[in-house]
Order: sequence, then C-alpha cells, then structure tokens
Amino acid sequence: MSRLSTTFCGISFKNPITVASGTFASGREYSEFVDLNRLGAVTTKGVADQPWSGNPTPRVAETPSGMLNAIGLQNPGVETFIERDLAFLSDFDTRIIVNVCGHSIEEYLNVVRRLEGENIDMLEINISCPNVSQGGISFGTDPAQVELITSRIKDEASVPVIMKLSPNVTSIADIARAAEAGGADGLSLINTITGMKIDTVTRKFVLANRTGGLSGPAIHPVAVRMVYEAANAVKLPIIGMGGVTDASSAIELMLAGASMVAVGTANFMDPGVTEKILDGMEEYVRDNGLNNISEIVGAAR
Amino acid sequence: MRGLIQAKVVSQERIGRDIFKLTIDAGHIDAIPGQFINLFMDDQAHILPRPISVCDITDEGIVLVYRVAGIGTESFSRLSAGDEINALGPLGNGFPIEDISPNAHVLAVGGGIGIPPMLYLARQLKSLGIAVGAVLGYRDEAFLEAEFSALDIDIYRSSDSGAVGIRGTVIDAMALNEKGCDMIFACGPLPMLKAIQSYAADNAIRAYVSLEERMACGIGACLGCVCKTVDIDEHSGVHNRRVCADGPVFDAREVSL
Repeated sequence: MSRLSTTFCGISFKNPITVASGTFASGREYSEFVDLNRLGAVTTKGVADQPWSGNPTPRVAETPSGMLNAIGLQNPGVETFIERDLAFLSDFDTRIIVNVCGHSIEEYLNVVRRLEGENIDMLEINISCPNVSQGGISFGTDPAQVELITSRIKDEASVPVIMKLSPNVTSIADIARAAEAGGADGLSLINTITGMKIDTVTRKFVLANRTGGLSGPAIHPVAVRMVYEAANAVKLPIIGMGGVTDASSAIELMLAGASMVAVGTANFMDPGVTEKILDGMEEYVRDNGLNNISEIVGAAR
Repeated sequence: MRGLIQAKVVSQERIGRDIFKLTIDAGHIDAIPGQFINLFMDDQAHILPRPISVCDITDEGIVLVYRVAGIGTESFSRLSAGDEINALGPLGNGFPIEDISPNAHVLAVGGGIGIPPMLYLARQLKSLGIAVGAVLGYRDEAFLEAEFSALDIDIYRSSDSGAVGIRGTVIDAMALNEKGCDMIFACGPLPMLKAIQSYAADNAIRAYVSLEERMACGIGACLGCVCKTVDIDEHSGVHNRRVCADGPVFDAREVSL
C-alpha cells in the first residue's frame, strides 16, 4: 500500500489529493496535462438540476497573489453531466466527488436524487458560493440553515456527504458544528473569500458581477487557520483547500487538521501542478520517515 | 502529455511606442493562425497567464507581438535574449484555413493589437495558394510594416488619426479593395468586430472573428472567458461558449457580440 493512501469517510483513496470544484471542470480538459489516474479524486464543477448560464463577463480578474472569480456556477445541468462528464470520468482509476449546487433545498435534492445509483463516491454540497444571488452562500452562513440543508440531503443520499463551507462567516466553528449536527460525513473548506476590484482609471468594477470570490496563494493562511478551527470544533474529517500551490502548502493544511487536500487556482498557474504536488508529498513522507501521510493530520504543535 | 514549456527568449524588440516583438524558442511548435500562447510570470504574486496570439512562426521560434497594457505585459517587455519564460500552448482553435475553397478570396482584417495574428494567417493562406489581402487598422502608428510588405499581398491600411493609410476604420479601408472577397477573418477590438459582423451579414460574406476575454485556465475548464452565442451551445447547455477552448475564433453568425 502506498504511503500516501488514505481513508476518508470510510472510503479508500490512493492519495489525499483532489482538485477544488470549479477549477478543473470534470477533468476532461486537464486530462491532456495530468494523468487523472494519479489523483486521489476528481471533484467536479458544481452541478444543478437544470443548466445555469452563470454571470456576465468579465468573470475573472487577477489580484495580488490571487484572483477573483464570479463565474456564477455556469453548468450544463445534471443530465448532461451524467451522460457526458461522469461517463468520461468513469474510465479513470480515481474517486469521483460530485459538487452539487442549487437555488433552493429542493433543487439540491433534485440533483442528489438524480445522482442516486450513478457511479460516484461522495457528494460535496456547495453551500458557499459567493457569486449566485439565491442559494450558495445564503445557505452557508447561517448555522440553522446549514444544519437543515445538511440533514435534508443526508436523508436522501446513499454516499457520504461533504458540506463545503464558506470562509465569509464570523465563526467557522459554529458552521462546522451545525453541519455535524445535521449529520454531515465530512467538511471541505475554504471556499473563496468575497472580494472586489475597481479599475482606478475607468472607475468601473472589474468584474461584471462587481463582487467575486478571492482564491490563490493570498488566501492560504486564512485556509490554514479555518481548517485548524474547524478540525478542533468537530470530529468530522476535512478536505482542506485554499491557496495550495505545492506539496508544502498542501502539507500545511494537513498539519492544521485536513485529511485530504484540494488544489484549485494553482491548476491555472501550471496545469500539471497536481502531479508535482504528489511527487513532493512522496518525498516528504520518505524524508520524514512516515509510514503513512495520515500521521501528520492535525499534528501541528 | 502536454505541459508547461520552459521557453528561451531568442530576441525582444520594441517595434512601436508600447508594442513589443518577442521571439521565443519553445521547441517544435505547430500552430494554426489565430491560436495563442499563454505566457506566465512565474511568481506567486501574478498567478494568471497572459494569452498572446501567435504573430508568426519562423526558424528562430514563435513570434509574439503584444502591447504593454498592464503589469504582465510590462514584465514581458523587460525580457531579453537568453531569459527563460514558462509558456503553454498553442491554445484555442485558430482560423479554419483548411476549410477554405482554393478559389476563395480572403481578407485578413486586423485592428490594433489584433494585427499581429493576421501576419501568420496571411502567410499560411498564401502558402496554401489562397488569394488573400490584408486590411490593417492602426491607432496612429504603424508596426510590422516590413513583415507585411514582405508577404507581397494587397494591403489596405487605415488609422484613427490618418497618420497611417486612410483616416477611418477598417471598414473604410475595406472599400479600397476592388477585388471583392468571399471570406473575412478578423481580429481586433470589439467595436471593430461588431462592424465586421454586420458588414458580413449585409453583404452575405462568411466571416470569422477572433474574440478577446479575460481568461484564467486557458484550456476550457474554468469557464472564466465565455461569449454569448445565438443558439444554445452543445457543450455548455446554455448560450455560452468558451473563448479559450471553443474559440477564440468563431463564425460571426454564431456569436452575439
């Protein structure tokens, strides 16, 4: 057994590395640059029960050590997703985590029901997108709502349910506890931090949506802190994400308490970065005489 | 497996007030005219690649001509021979030059920093034996003049100020072409592309336009750069297509500009 292999929510993964939803589509485009078989899991772009058009452009902007995005969860809907994207991913030896979005609890449930019996390993529920007017973050910032939507989805899902949390809250510990109370099997965090950029020459908002989600190296220290706080608040396993660009920044999230790590914006900096991170983690395990990478989870002192 | 290419700068030359010509050696690269290369700044402060269209491919390497418009292009302008730069590409679809009838007469229309890709396009069309003329619209300062002249094709020029060619737009300059055309390939600012789109519709001419949009991944995954489409797009399931992967070149009839 590889020293990177791990277990998350009772499911075995060949390693703790996945990708952050929305940065990797369903893997097809990146399969030209990455051997998807090497990844612990592919986490797919958020999928809704119907096609969503997303926001007007510009949707992305670079910021110091990061970027803002306001894609608005454009997606082709769950039917096309199953027929095309799941079918594509099924040919690879990697776990499949499907990210689910909706404007209402009913819409989330429609997707969860439609995915029943399909070849997927876990669900990641996006209650933290800052770029849609209804749903998304509005579910993720109120503990009572988080507990409600988590329990409703748990009632219907037959695979483990990961709740993806927003950093745009006063107490991530309260939100994590609400997800745990609702019966979540795991957590993933952090989604992007709401930001804004204004062009000083034109005095226009750079993003058509005005606000967007900040990601990239700039948010990594926030992610480390929030993973640490969530890990100390609940017993649930955590997929840590936020500004991971190399093995060191991935390991830092594991030391803070993440059992798995998702790579997001760094894919745009180097489409082959996930394999390089895995190489670096193998080296780390070897150099530190670990029997398994999971020995470092929450080991920060 | 494709991946980042560690390219070497062969030469860099300032060819206009804020226009630079960068030649990089990125190994053997076959590009279709209209495709682009993503250049990286390779630091943690500036994380997104800058897409730059292929201006030419020569024995020395890939020629990229760009206007300094921000922190990224400004940093590229400081590169000199021997420096290394990470590149990804070629990316995007490019102009459909293989589908053109050998009897066609094509106009390659470039405006501003949309002019450089027209050089490689015109060269490739000519090498396929297709009749091609170039329509070039400048602000007030010409660049790449010698390169276009060396192609030995009809060239019609315009500029906003009248300093180069006729004073006016590329549509005005197209009126100078008396040979007619059956196909327009265009790259330039949005108002120009809109004008080309209606010109082509009014005159029943096929036109392909190369669009620009703020990009992140450059390979069709992040959905950062989309354009509006007339019909529902098969891939997206909505009226959006990905500029980086489905484009940047689109049939002018299929996009809402």
